[in-house]
Amino acid sequence: MSEIVFSHAKKAYDSKKTVIEDLNLVISDGSFTVLVGPSGCGKSTTLRMIAGLEPLSAGELVMDGQRMNEVAPEDRDIAMVFQNFALYPTMTVRENIEFGLINKKIPREERQKLIADVVETVHLAEYLDKNPGELSGGQRQRVALARAMVKKPKVFLMDEPLSNLDARLRNEMRTELIELHKRLQTTFVYVTHDQTEAMSMATDIVLMHDGVIKQIDAPMKIYNDPNNIFAAQFIGTPAMNMFDLKKYSKQNNIPAQAKYIGFRPSRVHFTDEAAVSMDKMDFQGRILTHEFFGSEIIYRLQTDCGILSLKTFHKEELPLDMEVQVYVARKDCYFFDEKQNRVRCS
Amino acid sequence: MLQEKTVISLMKNKTVSDVRKRVWYSAWKKLKPYAFVAPALVIFLVFSIYPAFRIVELSLYHWNLVSPAKDFVGLQNYVNLFHDPEFFETLRNTILYTVLTVGLSLSLSLFLAIYLKNDTSVNRFLQRLIFSPYIVSLASISFLWLWLMNSDVGFLNYVISLVGIEKVDWLGNPHVALFSLVLISVWKTAGYNTLIVLASLQVIPKHLYEAAALDHANQWRTFHKITLPMISPTLFFITIVDIISSFKVFETIQIMTDGGPQNATNTLVFAIYEYGFKFYKIGYASSIGVVLLIMISIFTILYFRGLANKVHYQ
Repeated sequence: MSEIVFSHAKKAYDSKKTVIEDLNLVISDGSFTVLVGPSGCGKSTTLRMIAGLEPLSAGELVMDGQRMNEVAPEDRDIAMVFQNFALYPTMTVRENIEFGLINKKIPREERQKLIADVVETVHLAEYLDKNPGELSGGQRQRVALARAMVKKPKVFLMDEPLSNLDARLRNEMRTELIELHKRLQTTFVYVTHDQTEAMSMATDIVLMHDGVIKQIDAPMKIYNDPNNIFAAQFIGTPAMNMFDLKKYSKQNNIPAQAKYIGFRPSRVHFTDEAAVSMDKMDFQGRILTHEFFGSEIIYRLQTDCGILSLKTFHKEELPLDMEVQVYVARKDCYFFDEKQNRVRCS
Repeated sequence: MLQEKTVISLMKNKTVSDVRKRVWYSAWKKLKPYAFVAPALVIFLVFSIYPAFRIVELSLYHWNLVSPAKDFVGLQNYVNLFHDPEFFETLRNTILYTVLTVGLSLSLSLFLAIYLKNDTSVNRFLQRLIFSPYIVSLASISFLWLWLMNSDVGFLNYVISLVGIEKVDWLGNPHVALFSLVLISVWKTAGYNTLIVLASLQVIPKHLYEAAALDHANQWRTFHKITLPMISPTLFFITIVDIISSFKVFETIQIMTDGGPQNATNTLVFAIYEYGFKFYKIGYASSIGVVLLIMISIFTILYFRGLANKVHYQ
C-alpha cells in the first residue's frame, strides 16, 4: 500500500512567488500517474514535495496513511530518477548503484545479489565497471533506473527522465517503463511536459496548469471527455480546434451557455456539398499548409472563424490555396462556457 | 590544395601576376598564426628558456660575476653542494616550509569554502575580507607582519598576553621563525585558495546532493564520496601551484629574517641570492638554482600528467 495524498498543499518560495496555491490530489497505490503540463505549472514541484526535496509551505502530505511533512527524504521509502540522471560522475556504474545500499549498511553478499538482479533487468551487466561519462544517454538512463530499482522503493518518482534521450530511444524506454511498472506493481509518479508520453504510459493523468489541477483522469477519458479548454487543447496533437461561437453564424442546436466550440482535427472531413443537416457543422476554407506524416496528412485551413486544423488519412494530396468545404459531426463537437469549462449536453 | 587552386586559376585564363598573388596569399595564410605568436615566443625564449640553459651552464664554472674570466670546473660545484651541511639545512627548511604552507593553506581554505558556500551577503563580505591579503604586495605584508610580530611591542604578543601566554620571539627564535613565516604565507594565500575552492564547490550540480540525500548518505559520506572527488581536480591544481610557489619563497625571508636566526629560515631561493649577490659565487648559486629547477620541473610534470589523467566526467 502506498497511496499518496496531498490535502490543501501549498508551496511558496517567498511571499511573492507562490507556485502551488491549494493542491488536493490522491495518487492511488500501484498507479502509473503522470503529472503533465507546460513548464512552470508546478508539476516538478509537486514531485519534489513527494520526494521531500521541497518542504510544503502549508497543507499536508500523507503516504500510506502517515503524515510525511516532517519525514526526511531518505526515510520516505521512495526512489527518484532525475531529468539529467544525477549519476555520481566520479563513481563507476556499480558504485553508483551500490552507494545507497552501502549507506543503508546492507551486507556485502546481499548487495552483490541485489545488484546482479537489477543490472540483469536493465541490461547493464557489462558496463558495471565503467564511469557514467563513458556511457551513452540511454545507458546512463538505465543506470539511473537501476539505482532507483535496487532500493526496492514503494514509490518511484521520475522527473522528465526521457527528455534527454533522442526520439528513437525515448520510444524504446517508454515501452520499457510500461513493462517495468507492470512487473513491479509499485506506484510510479512521473513528470513530463510531453502529452504523448503522458498519453502512452499513464494509467492516470494529472493535468496541471499554473499550479492548479485542470483534470485528473485516465488517458482515453481525458482525451475523449475533457473538462475544460486547457485539457482539450493540451492533450492530443494537433491541438483541438477552438472557435468563438460568435464567429460561427450558422448556430444550430447549440447549448445556451456555450461560448466556445471545439473539435478534434481528426474528426473533420472533406465534403463536396454544403451541409444542411442539423447534426453537422460545416466550414469553408482555403488550404494554408499541409504536413505529411506518412500515414496521415495535416492540413491547416483559413476559415471565417479562424485557422482550422484537419487530420486525414486520405492518400491524395490537395494543392495549397485550394478552396475546400469541410464538416464535423455535431456529436464530435465540444462546447465550453465563458470560464472555459465544459458545457455538457444532456 | 595549393596546386589545385593554381591550376584552376590558370584554367580560368588568369594572368601570371594573379597566380603569384594567390601563392603569396596562401603562404601568408599558413604563416599568419606563427607571426602572431612570434613576439610572445621571442620574449619567452629570451627571458625564460635561455636563462634556464644559462644557469645550467654557469653551474659548471667558478665565476665572481664581474671578472671577465670564468673557470670551468665541471661538476665541482655540485660535489661541494652535496657535501655542504648548510645546503641540506636550506633544503630541509624549504621542504618543511612548503609542506606546512600548502597543507595548512589548503585545509584552511577547504574549511572556509565549505563554511562560506551559501551565497548570503555576510558570506560575500567575508569572502572579500579573506581575499584581501592576496592583493597586497609581499613586501608590504612583510613590513606589516614585522610590526605585528615584534617581540616587545607587537600586536600578536599583546593578544596572547591577554590569555596569559608568555611572549614569543616570533622571528628571533630559531625554533619559531620558520613557522612564523608559514603563518604569514597561509594568511596571504588562504583567501585566494578559498575563492577557487568555492568556485569549484558551486559548480557541483545540486541534484547530486539531492540524489545522495535520497540514497541515505549522511553528511560525512556526502562530503567524502561526492564533494571531495568532484573538487579534487581543483585541489590538485592548487596543491601543485602552491608547492611550486612555496619552493620559491624569498621576499618575506629577505625582509623579515634575512635567513636567520642561525640559518633557521634560509631557503633555496634565499641561498641562491646570498651566494650569487652577496658572496659573488655565481657558479655555486647556479648549481642550487639547478636543483630548484629540477624540483619544480618534477612538480610541473606531475601537474600536467595529472591534468591529462584526470577523469573528465560527463
